[in-house]
Amino acid sequence: MTNYLPTDVAPTVGAHLVDDFTPTLLDIGEHNLCPGCGEPIAMRAVLEAIEAIGAVSRAIGVIGIGCYTAFSNNLDIEVLQALHGRAPSLATGVKRAKPETLVLTIQGDGDMVNEGLQEVLHTAARGENVTCFMLDNGVFGETGGHMTATTALGQRTKNTLDGRDAAQHGFPIRVSSLIAELDGAAYVARGAVNNAGNVARTKKMVRRALETQEAGLGFSFVEILTMCPTGWFVETPEAPEYLTSTLAPIHAPGVLKDVRA
Amino acid sequence: MTPTTTPALLEGSEAIADAMIAAGCRFFSGYPMTPFTEVLEHMAAKLPGVGGTCMNAESELEAVGMAWGAAATGTPSATGSTGQGLSLMQESLAELAYAAVPMVVLNMARAQGDYWQATRGPGHGDARMPVLAPMDVPEATELTQLAFHLTARWRNPVLLFGDYYLAHTSTSVTLAPLDLPPVPADDWSLDGSTSGTGRARLVSPLGTTKRNERGGYDLAQHYARCAARTEEMLAGITPLVETRDTDDADVVVVAFGTPAKYVRAAVARLRAEGARVGFVRPITLLPFPSDAVARAAAGARVVGVYENNQGQMVDDVRLAVAGATPVEFIGRLSLDGSGFGIAPDLDGGYLRERIEELLA
Repeated sequence: MTNYLPTDVAPTVGAHLVDDFTPTLLDIGEHNLCPGCGEPIAMRAVLEAIEAIGAVSRAIGVIGIGCYTAFSNNLDIEVLQALHGRAPSLATGVKRAKPETLVLTIQGDGDMVNEGLQEVLHTAARGENVTCFMLDNGVFGETGGHMTATTALGQRTKNTLDGRDAAQHGFPIRVSSLIAELDGAAYVARGAVNNAGNVARTKKMVRRALETQEAGLGFSFVEILTMCPTGWFVETPEAPEYLTSTLAPIHAPGVLKDVRA
Repeated sequence: MTPTTTPALLEGSEAIADAMIAAGCRFFSGYPMTPFTEVLEHMAAKLPGVGGTCMNAESELEAVGMAWGAAATGTPSATGSTGQGLSLMQESLAELAYAAVPMVVLNMARAQGDYWQATRGPGHGDARMPVLAPMDVPEATELTQLAFHLTARWRNPVLLFGDYYLAHTSTSVTLAPLDLPPVPADDWSLDGSTSGTGRARLVSPLGTTKRNERGGYDLAQHYARCAARTEEMLAGITPLVETRDTDDADVVVVAFGTPAKYVRAAVARLRAEGARVGFVRPITLLPFPSDAVARAAAGARVVGVYENNQGQMVDDVRLAVAGATPVEFIGRLSLDGSGFGIAPDLDGGYLRERIEELLA
């Protein structure tokens, strides 16, 4: 029988928690997401950027449906929980009714690109003054690792067991590139959270996107490539490298559009 | 148009738009579809003048989503469509009930085939949506106001169920404000001001409890609470019904919406000629006025149900009468080639014949 250490009791010897790195705008730091998941890192970047630009008391988050939904009743910003695919239209209603608020959405690739692609495209085309974030790991993580519209060719998922084959499953959609083509989009970037350098660059993108909204310049969008070792069927330590070798070649990190540049 | 005591000649769509604005509606979103389109046109023209917003949504899914977002900020909001468009919105309408977000929804329907959609919906699960079915334009202006009251009172979507005739008939209307009781103070909607306080508000169809151990929602607990709220709402809304000449009636005819006005006229003529025929018109289709229908049916030999569909409300009449009186369906789907609901059957002579068959 495995003798696991209790997790709810502070150890009397050995390592001690000397600081709590829970983001200020998160009620409880613990979560049920898998080890190695990239979504908490992306969520932290968003929450810290809201604080950094001094917009906490005007912030409303519209959250989609995916693993990250676990945070939707655990954030210390006001949350409007959306249906799968529908966050951009809800965000539109919020912002139009209360233009003084800072409105941001969190969706995954399944939520945004599969279920609700037309929502984000129209919201961008309208130049809606909101910020949409897409946590892109190339799989439906919550259902256990199934193909989405951003899954890379050759990537193994539970319903592409031999790898995504273009002849059978079509080609992945680079949604940031689509959005950047739209005149209403003011800021479009793609970041990643698989190493410290990418995290630092992504945090800047997130902040820049929110600042674009604050300046009233139009639609802002950051796609964030996140690790999903469970849905990728790789060992946790291998996930950052898998992101680099599998997702990043077709979804290349970088700033695609910045009207302030 | 502000509330007035001077009658104005208005198309039903415009009268409903005026009534919505008079009732406080400041956000509207829609996607064109006959015969709903003119409501969207009038809201687009009128809302900006009162500081409101009208959005030309890119689909019915976005229409209901935009109204959901605005409603979550405490802004009285509405959307609508025709039955097919309402089908597209059903996922959201059900979840709006679970999220306790108020919204008025219009169905400017084609004929009356959306009765089941309206009363059995709004979609998946156990959520329910009160349904108000006006007979004509003046009544629609009153029920529109009532719809905004009920949705604010119960924080649940409320449906105004109209049709082609209601949307497109011009008639003399006086927009009189209804005297309605106050609604609970808004202690739930979003404006960002509770962010960072440790008590940030949550508007979610999955639950309203925050700070669960290790995150996540308790859906069993939430759906049980939703069921209790729904039960309270349905018990708390007084069913509205019009009854005529039912006390000594041998035959009672039940109808709703625009066709009910034609049926009522046919019944009135037969009664004037001495026939023992009565009339019942459910105005709230949910909650259904079951007690009034059962009382009207008591003592009658037969109950006839006229609808411009293949027989839907007849189910609710049978449930109300509970086998005490035979219930016969005397309607049928009646359309012109356009399918919009311009019904050849809505003719005094034809309706009189159908009722006379029951009297024979």
